[in-house]
Amino acid sequence: MPDFSILTENWDMYIKGFFITIYTSLIGLIGSFILGTILAIFRIAPFKPFNWIGTIYIEFFRNIPLLIIAFFLFTALPTINMQLDGFQAGTLALIIYTSAFIAEAIRAGILSIPKGQTEAARSSGLTYTQTMRYIILPQAIKIVIPPLGNQFINLVKNSSILTILAAGDLMYQADLISTRTFVTFDVYIFVAIFYLVITIPLSTGVNYLEKRLARSN
Amino acid sequence: MFKKKKGLLTVLLLAMLSVLVLSACGSKDSSGDQSKESGKNALEAIKEKDKIVFGVKNDTRLFGLKDPKTGNIEGFDIDIAKEIAKIILGDESKAEFKEVTSKTRIPLLQKGDIDAIVATMTITEERKKEVDFSDVYFEAGQALLVKKGSPIKSIDDIKKGTKVLAVKGSTSAVNIREKAPDATVLEFENYAEAFTALKAGQGDTLTTDNAILYGMVDEDPNYQVVGDIFTDEPYGIAVKKDSPELVQAINDALKELKDNGKYDELYKKWIKTSN
Amino acid sequence: MDFAGAYSPDHLKFLLDGFFVTLKVAIISIIASFVIAAFVGIIRYTKIPILSQIFAVIVEIVRNLPLLLIIFFTFFALPEIGIEMSIEMAAIVALTIFESSMISEIIRSGLNSIEKGQIEAGRSSGLTYTQTLWHIVLPQALRRMVPPIVSQFISLLKDTSLAVVIALPELMHNAQVINAQNVNFIIPIFILAAFMYWAVNYTLSIIARKLELKTS
Repeated sequence: MPDFSILTENWDMYIKGFFITIYTSLIGLIGSFILGTILAIFRIAPFKPFNWIGTIYIEFFRNIPLLIIAFFLFTALPTINMQLDGFQAGTLALIIYTSAFIAEAIRAGILSIPKGQTEAARSSGLTYTQTMRYIILPQAIKIVIPPLGNQFINLVKNSSILTILAAGDLMYQADLISTRTFVTFDVYIFVAIFYLVITIPLSTGVNYLEKRLARSN
Repeated sequence: MFKKKKGLLTVLLLAMLSVLVLSACGSKDSSGDQSKESGKNALEAIKEKDKIVFGVKNDTRLFGLKDPKTGNIEGFDIDIAKEIAKIILGDESKAEFKEVTSKTRIPLLQKGDIDAIVATMTITEERKKEVDFSDVYFEAGQALLVKKGSPIKSIDDIKKGTKVLAVKGSTSAVNIREKAPDATVLEFENYAEAFTALKAGQGDTLTTDNAILYGMVDEDPNYQVVGDIFTDEPYGIAVKKDSPELVQAINDALKELKDNGKYDELYKKWIKTSN
Repeated sequence: MDFAGAYSPDHLKFLLDGFFVTLKVAIISIIASFVIAAFVGIIRYTKIPILSQIFAVIVEIVRNLPLLLIIFFTFFALPEIGIEMSIEMAAIVALTIFESSMISEIIRSGLNSIEKGQIEAGRSSGLTYTQTLWHIVLPQALRRMVPPIVSQFISLLKDTSLAVVIALPELMHNAQVINAQNVNFIIPIFILAAFMYWAVNYTLSIIARKLELKTS
């Protein structure tokens, strides 16, 4: 049985870390959703240079470790006079990295809507924007939500790299607690529970949506 | 019928796969535990395998620093370890080195990967519960490192909001919170990352033992050590708990080194700034 | 920025040494993960009572934890209950625990994607359940699993960089050792290290895509 006094005596630190983790994940989600949508539009836009930018971005950042982006922002940017603290560098790294994955999810969602629908909508008198707005996007979003949910779960998990930049997230607080208490096992068990409190409901929700989507098709 | 067959298949699959998994685990275990020879005393075990594995730092200039050119680790700790190996086993080449950090060294010692820690390790009461220490082989104290021209001249200049960089699992991180409770302390995985963070302007000052800080100044003269030391950090060589024979052998070796002048020679070789 | 100093032959060799450790740890971990995941995935597919539920719970927990936590846990917490490993072994074990739970889901959904009608067809043509699984279901499922498993290997290669926190001398760690010498090395070294990861992962991702096209 884990020693619950570890949890109660260090409750403030756990909670502080918990909120920092949630905070960075939320900013990360919003940021990478916006950037990811822009990149997805770049990739399907009928303008070649935009396609290239989108492709290069996605193919580059999907294939390098998140940690290298984080370290780069944290220690390399200051050498060219751009200062980001641990939290800013970590969160920005999460956005840069995750947006590459989100862009692909959104692009796949849009492309999964049959072309015929666009044509049908257009021939019935809707403009391109109206077609996108009322016909394509509502359907695409339904398809995109489960993979977006998965990306958000990854984001929460990946936010633990803030620890390495000393940015005060859950994992970092756990390390501080274990240095002070000389207990590691129980400290980590409790920190795992805090993560699961965020991620398990999310993954249950994603599973539910995926099943519902599969049935409706 | 269907059910029965399925049951049979299950048992077969289970048996096959568990053998696979177990054999995989088994081979892992045997490779991980090779140096675990409990039962015998630690000194005898070392003499039997005719080598000592020392856990040393690889990122601490003057004490244990890895030279990327040669792959060798060099420093005061390394030389002391070699001299000890020479006295106990007769040849300094019988000292082997494994890289450790402040956070990994005790786990590695306890799992038997290393026989002794010579890694700028302060003797503390808490640590004595987990490991045995030799006599003090280096008297250090905690100080502050700042960029030249910094307004911070001593620990009294650390105010609310001052960002102090430290290393996880080190005593200095705990100490600075006591001595300067208003400071914002940021803890990193190791010294290389902490110093890189200081250079990148991620903090106002870096705190740890002065000996390590002098090493950083030696590396980059744009930085300086300021103020008096505000703690005593006696370094000891740590070995696995309850190995009095090994502790005795190391203490005898240290005494011999101090008596024959070898210790002073090494001290002068590495620790140039001695104020 | 000092590109010439950063890219000295010694530094390049040091980075390559690190990259070999990255590749070695990743390859051992992916093989171990596949073996364990196949076991877990098949148990869950065949819905063997109790065992199937236990695995479901473990997989769900592990999949929802940060890998960094699992690495810290393996290296720092397990010794407290008497399980002790070297740095490299701890990295391999942590990656294997994490990846096998991911891959077991790939294997399970790969198996589930084969229509139940095929099993019935196989059975009614006189094959036993085992034969049906072995000759009909597995070959098709395996073909469908390969692309996502290759993608998972890409993740694994990237994730190996997290072992920098336990000082595994892999690419990220060696890059940091060089960076600590001189701030002017940081940007060039990160660019090179990123390129090394990228080159291998991009090649793999192209292979994964080709395979995907073939199977669909």
